[in-house]
Amino acid sequence: MTREKDVLLKVRDLRIEAFADDKWFEIVHGVDMTLHRGEVLGLIGESGAGKSTIGLAAMGFARDGCRISGGSVEFDGIELTTSPRADLRALRGARIAYVAQSAAASFNPSHKLIDQHTEAPVHYRIKKRLESQEDAMELYAKLRLPNPEEIGFRYPHQVSGGQLQRAMTAMAMSCRPDLIIFDEPTTALDVTTQIEVLASIRDIVDQFNTAAIYITHDLAVVAQMADTIKVLLRGDEVEESDTRTMLDSPKEDYTKSLWAVRSFERAQKPLPAKDEVPVVSVKDVDAAYDGVNKILYDVSFDIYAGRTVAVVGESGSGKSTTARVITGLLPQMKGEVAFKGEVLPPRYQDRTKDQLRQAQMIYQMADTALNPKSRICDLIGRPAAFYGDLKGTELKKRVDELLDLIELEPKKYYFRYPSELSGGQKQRIGIARALAADPTFIVCDEVTSALDQLVAEGILRLLDNLQKELDLAYMFITHDLATVRSIADHVVVMKQGRVVEQGPKDEMFTPPHDPYTDLLLSSVPEMDPDWLTTLLEERGVDNVGEAAHKHM
Amino acid sequence: MSPFIVGYYALLIGATCVAAYFKNRTAFLLLFSLMLASFVVGLVGGERALWTITVVAALIAAAAGIAFTFREFLTISLKGEAQKAIKSAPLTATFGLFMIMIYIIAAVFAPIIAPFGEAEVVGSSFAPADEVMLLGGDQLGRDMFSRLVYGARNTVGIALLTTCLAFLMGTTLGLLAAVKGGWFDQILARSVDVLMSIPTLVFSLLLLSIFGTNTSTLVIVIAIIYVPPVFRLARAVAGNIVVMDYIEAARLRGEHSWHLIVREILPNASAPLIAEFGLRFCFVFLLISGLSFLGLGLQPPTADWGSMVKENATLISFGEVTPLIPAGAIALLTVSINFVVDWMLYRSSGLKT
Amino acid sequence: MNDVLQIIVKRLGLGLITLLVISIIIFGAVELLPGDLAQAILGQAATEETVAAMREELGLDRPAPVRYFAWLKGAVVGDFGNSLASGIPVTELIGPRFKNTLFLAVYAAIIAVPIAIMLGVLAALYRNSVFDRVANVLTLTSISSPEFFLGYILVLFLAVKNSLFPAISSLSDDMSLADKLHRVFLPALTLVLVVVAHMMRMTRAAIINLLASPYIEMARLKGTPQRKVITHHALPNAWAPVINVVALNLAYLITGVVLVEVVFVYPGIGQLLVDSVTKRDFPVVQACCLVFAATYILLNLAADVGSILTNPRLRHPK
Repeated sequence: MTREKDVLLKVRDLRIEAFADDKWFEIVHGVDMTLHRGEVLGLIGESGAGKSTIGLAAMGFARDGCRISGGSVEFDGIELTTSPRADLRALRGARIAYVAQSAAASFNPSHKLIDQHTEAPVHYRIKKRLESQEDAMELYAKLRLPNPEEIGFRYPHQVSGGQLQRAMTAMAMSCRPDLIIFDEPTTALDVTTQIEVLASIRDIVDQFNTAAIYITHDLAVVAQMADTIKVLLRGDEVEESDTRTMLDSPKEDYTKSLWAVRSFERAQKPLPAKDEVPVVSVKDVDAAYDGVNKILYDVSFDIYAGRTVAVVGESGSGKSTTARVITGLLPQMKGEVAFKGEVLPPRYQDRTKDQLRQAQMIYQMADTALNPKSRICDLIGRPAAFYGDLKGTELKKRVDELLDLIELEPKKYYFRYPSELSGGQKQRIGIARALAADPTFIVCDEVTSALDQLVAEGILRLLDNLQKELDLAYMFITHDLATVRSIADHVVVMKQGRVVEQGPKDEMFTPPHDPYTDLLLSSVPEMDPDWLTTLLEERGVDNVGEAAHKHM
Repeated sequence: MSPFIVGYYALLIGATCVAAYFKNRTAFLLLFSLMLASFVVGLVGGERALWTITVVAALIAAAAGIAFTFREFLTISLKGEAQKAIKSAPLTATFGLFMIMIYIIAAVFAPIIAPFGEAEVVGSSFAPADEVMLLGGDQLGRDMFSRLVYGARNTVGIALLTTCLAFLMGTTLGLLAAVKGGWFDQILARSVDVLMSIPTLVFSLLLLSIFGTNTSTLVIVIAIIYVPPVFRLARAVAGNIVVMDYIEAARLRGEHSWHLIVREILPNASAPLIAEFGLRFCFVFLLISGLSFLGLGLQPPTADWGSMVKENATLISFGEVTPLIPAGAIALLTVSINFVVDWMLYRSSGLKT
Repeated sequence: MNDVLQIIVKRLGLGLITLLVISIIIFGAVELLPGDLAQAILGQAATEETVAAMREELGLDRPAPVRYFAWLKGAVVGDFGNSLASGIPVTELIGPRFKNTLFLAVYAAIIAVPIAIMLGVLAALYRNSVFDRVANVLTLTSISSPEFFLGYILVLFLAVKNSLFPAISSLSDDMSLADKLHRVFLPALTLVLVVVAHMMRMTRAAIINLLASPYIEMARLKGTPQRKVITHHALPNAWAPVINVVALNLAYLITGVVLVEVVFVYPGIGQLLVDSVTKRDFPVVQACCLVFAATYILLNLAADVGSILTNPRLRHPK
């Protein structure tokens, strides 16, 4: 299939350097890219893979502290790396447009949306101001923004995040460019909002036959959006092929590891006996950070020994707040938290050392959860010494034991600092620190969401083994349904501070359900490239995202 | 046209051309702007002004030379991380380090270095400089040079003591406020806001007028005046650390505030606090010198740079530079510290990104 | 608009409370005198009777809160009592000197503000260039030098070696404005040197911070020309930080005058404060401190109100 004529963007051996520590380091090591008119290329990789940098380089742009050091970027026959600045500028906005990750920060707070929209077309004399305004309203309507006639005359802070992201897409379309770079446009959004933005982006790119580079770290998202997928790892290309081939039969090991559908799925454990006392029991809890504006209403659920409760919900649903109430960081206004039948004092300061010991926490970001200036032996040793009164060789023995438990070789890691570990290893240290207290209950706050699939799976398996071995009770806070499926016994769905629905895992994954549970469960993107299309057909465009919330 | 002027411009133009030939943009721009400035200044001030420029340029070149040599020296004698850091340090920073070292030597070995005692009358008042009195005599006939050296000990020592006191109180309170939060934090933060709305110099004048001006009150009063800004910074720095999950983990473990401060927060807050210490020292040092200059700081016959400026100020109207020497000593030290702090701040901000 | 008004009223109220607390501190500090005021004035040698008589005269026999409110009431209408040293009403002493200080400060500000902002913006736009680096070294040097060092250098070169300006800046009422400006030039220049350095560095930092915003990058990626990026995208958002910088530095200027006035024997309020401290003339010291503190608070208030008014998020509420 040769479509040589249609080639819009041709990148060859692109090299980019970044300035750090008074030296230039190469961060992109020779990447090739070919994009035809109307085609969507998905760039995927972890953070630090150089996706955004490559995306910007496709516009001939390098951020402060970065420079294109080699290779060529040819856009529609124009070589961008050697073009004079004025020529480059004349392309930007007009023929190549950019949609940034954070729309809230990328709109100028001092100007109305529509004025920012018309800036480029008026500057390039493509349209008159009024024409461009009318065009903006049309685009807003196409992107299904509410009140398209009026919304443009608002300031950025007067519009919600999902709407801003669509307004930015409209702005990128304002000159009808040949190519749009989407840089993680939905990463900052909730799943139910994301789906709406994805649908409208896909729609409009289709309608105008615009080529696009879609940058993301989310495999399921890129599967919906892209025709071709290119996988990047630390500035190098791993492999590229069309979406279906890539999903069905990835070639490289790294890609396979990314694509690996969770093989780990634990069956739901038998329901606890009727008279069993739950390890943790949350009853009718109301809570507020300022004592007035409640963010939790009547939250109740139980967690039993050796079982995992998964709490799911979007940001602002109150799932993390619930964890803070249980741990005593945020005293509740009403209701109680009981531990093995015994009511806990609301404030952690009032709890006994033993009560504190029994409930531990594992955090999402291992980077902020481990003191960067402490060695591993101190990180794990401190709780052991603090609760168990261990000293000297005894303490060392206990730390070695814990390192064995989390499958890290004690000799090698004993004296290291967190910065000398990989993401997965750091998370394991976080687990070891929790285990050092010899707890009966652990709160796991999004523990796998910052990790790669394979690493995440390793962590989940480890947690599962530990649960079996030590009869631990887990509270899993997550937004990832795959995680829920693999490890949960009981699922609690939360929305705006209330428990919408809860039940055993097997029941929760079999419809029908509360409309919100349905919406939430169906909005989480799946790896199937037809998922979005099928979903939109099933539910209709008005039954996803913010629009769907209104029907409830 | 004197040969000096001809030589001056010839050299400058030549150097500019050489810079242009080798396409060294930085050097060219510097030389070219110097040339333009020389034309203007030369027209206004005549030959004397050009001499001044020459002297200043020579001084800067000498400073750069010292800084360069010192950097090479440090690079050779240091190892590991420190060597790497020094190697990439700008000349201003190594110059600062070098000068700070000189001041420390002068302060520590003052009795050995100074030919005379600080209150010893050696010659006639305002005696001109000779082999005995390298910088001449002051208004009572004491040796300026000896007093300058002793001044390093007195002025710097007292400023250092004051800064340490202010830091001890300020950081302790600031870190405690950040860890404890709640009303404790609120009350402290509000009172600091209020206290900081009195200008420091005015506040110290008010307090000194009441408590009198002996050395110990001076130290205590100024230390207390500088507690609020230190508190504010320490609280802000700790505030960014306290929200980290590892602090939450330590709290939930049931750790005491003291453990949080010493083991979890301080190791992560040391870089900005050290930089702040340097800056605060400069402020304290300038304030004490200013007070001494006003006659309200260190009292005679203690040798102190601020009062030395005041005592010899009349000489300036005779075109003598004597009063400028202690003033310059003050400026040189604060400039040096600022250069070093500037570099430290640049490094810590650069390493973050 | 109501929101903004509410915030500003709140801020003004807070400023007023701060001023009140400050007045208590200034009044209370004198109460901390070892012995009491009368004893302090007359010295240790005074007899019991004369001290008692002095107490009576100063009204020290009344309790402190009563005296505080009397003092505050006086302060509000501009009556701070009489100077202990000269017996002249404090207001008469301060009045003309305050005017002089204000003249010097405004003179310096008019020169310093435009220069500093211009240089600061240039340094930010051309950061890491030769200009920026030289400016960095020069401003650091200027900030680190004590005011009297800069002042005497200027005297040496511009007054003694070349008699361009007078070294002593005495003023009299019958001078013409041009005369006054010429006389006050050196102290003003000293202040300018220090303030420009501070202000320029702060402006540079604020503008660099602004230029790093994603919306500036977005504007560049939209193909907006550099000039328009600055005028259209950066400037409208630069008001708040720049207003802040200017107000803070004017506040600094107000206190920086103390040393400069002494160097140039300028008849301002700073000189008066220093003299009164030496003479332990407490009513004058208190009044001067209050005037300085009030100016300082006022300028900080102006900074806050300025940044509230220019904040687009507050100007266009949801």
